[in-house]
Amino acid sequence: MANARSGMVEKTGRGMWLTHLGMILGICVIFFPIYLAFVASTVEQADIIHPPMPLLPGGHFIENYSRALFSGVNAPVWRMLLNSMVMALGITIGKIVISLLSAFAIVYFRFPFRQMFFWLIFMTLMLPVEVRIVPTYQVVANFGMLNSYSGLILPLIASATATFLFRQFFLTVPDELAEAARVDGAKPMQFFWDILLPMSRTNIAALFVILFIYGWNQYLWPLLITTDPDMNTIVMGIKQMFPSGDDWADWPVIMATAMLAMLPPVIVVVFMQNLFIKGLVDTEK
Amino acid sequence: MEKRVTFKGWLLPVMLLGPQMVITIVFFFLPAGQAIYQSAFIPDPFGLKTLYVGFENFEFLFTDPYYLASFRTTAIFSGLVTLVSMGVALWLALMADRIIKGSSVYRTLLVWPYAVAPAIAGVLWLFMFNPNVGLVSWYLEQVGYRWNHVLNDAEAMGLVVVASSWGRISYNFLFFLAGLQAIPKSVIEAAAIDGAHFWKRFWTIVFPLLSPTTFFLLVVNIVYAFFETFGVIHTITSGGPKQATTILVYKVYSDGFVGQDLGSSAAQSVVLLFVVGVLTVIQFRYIERKVHY
Repeated sequence: MANARSGMVEKTGRGMWLTHLGMILGICVIFFPIYLAFVASTVEQADIIHPPMPLLPGGHFIENYSRALFSGVNAPVWRMLLNSMVMALGITIGKIVISLLSAFAIVYFRFPFRQMFFWLIFMTLMLPVEVRIVPTYQVVANFGMLNSYSGLILPLIASATATFLFRQFFLTVPDELAEAARVDGAKPMQFFWDILLPMSRTNIAALFVILFIYGWNQYLWPLLITTDPDMNTIVMGIKQMFPSGDDWADWPVIMATAMLAMLPPVIVVVFMQNLFIKGLVDTEK
Repeated sequence: MEKRVTFKGWLLPVMLLGPQMVITIVFFFLPAGQAIYQSAFIPDPFGLKTLYVGFENFEFLFTDPYYLASFRTTAIFSGLVTLVSMGVALWLALMADRIIKGSSVYRTLLVWPYAVAPAIAGVLWLFMFNPNVGLVSWYLEQVGYRWNHVLNDAEAMGLVVVASSWGRISYNFLFFLAGLQAIPKSVIEAAAIDGAHFWKRFWTIVFPLLSPTTFFLLVVNIVYAFFETFGVIHTITSGGPKQATTILVYKVYSDGFVGQDLGSSAAQSVVLLFVVGVLTVIQFRYIERKVHY
């Protein structure tokens, strides 16, 4: 009887095996592009330009990766990795800090034009960089911030999403805590540092994961404002490694770069999976 | 909802809001205003000064066959990306939901592509389908099909759709799986006891109960296809062949930066502002945020 019952929702036997098989098949198809890139990053150029390329890794792993890291095509890839890291961390930390401060101000104070500030922040949701490309470029150029880290970071650190997230969270913090802090004569910033900030740890961590990936994967903005190869980020710099015209692209080096470009965000997602999923769900609420 | 207990003073909160406000005004509102302002001007033939033309840039846009074609391209592209990424993700989520043992292993593997930047995804797919060296295009040629997305419109569109959908599958999978797991098992079992087989259960119980998730993902994926796929297009096709894969955001870039047609680019920005506005309102007004996790 027990068997028949579970059989009804097909949780055992042949159906289950088929499900596992389908799942594994699906994952193989989804992983194939990454696997192929890895293989290409371990073989010689000659193996690739005479198709079909091999399906198993070759013996040129160290050679290709060191060639990519230390000479690259236009700029050494270690340099682009560094630029990406600075940009991603700058955007992540910048967004978190200014959002925490804004949310604290909006939730814990009453002051003139509070609602107006709130709506101004809300409206930035409607202004993604993709729709204000040229004028934002002009503003940044006027400030002399082309080819600089501040130019890469500052225009992207306003964050309505993060502000709302912290606002939502602060609203759930019991009033008694602020009350007690006030009775004890604590200054607002003391309350912020000693009580609010430690309580927000999980939210900050979850947001950190999401924003780091967002920052790392930026493409259009660095493409516009970094003309100097030494300021390229890895995600946008990889396109610049393709030759114009009929030359052969240096596939092993490009594919090694692609693997390096996806490594930091993949590590973050895989090893901080629970925080990542919390962040994903939180930021969409 | 408001706090009952608040701190006194107005100078401190204004200072706390300062950084966010400065960034927002300088890099968001100023450029957006600039776009609206520039959309009413065209540079004179010598590029020395600009001429006020009112709504002419817009009138020109909506009679420009290239711009209208770009609208159509964007609609087809976003429709396909949404369909493909959600379809595959739902299929995987349905399987993962049936699996009790080992489903967390599958989940870990499936979140990978989310972390891969659209531009990098573009490079990976470009490599597989490169007409000269690509592995997939080589196999296609062995079976008698000459793949060349550099020349063929439909192949180019197919490739950017697949590359854009690929990374998005992870995201949709996670939300679909969460939605499926929130459906009470007793409901499904009751239907099974009544003799409803898998597909019947899916269409009459599971899919309707999943509809809040589906609708939410629909909007989010359209936004993604509109605004976040620039990297894929730029790495794989650069909008070509001719303009076959030039979506609206790509056109703002290519007209404004490559073509230096600032008036038209600004007018296109204003049109996109309107599109984002509508999508944001839909997202906030009509989506019941009941995605359980």
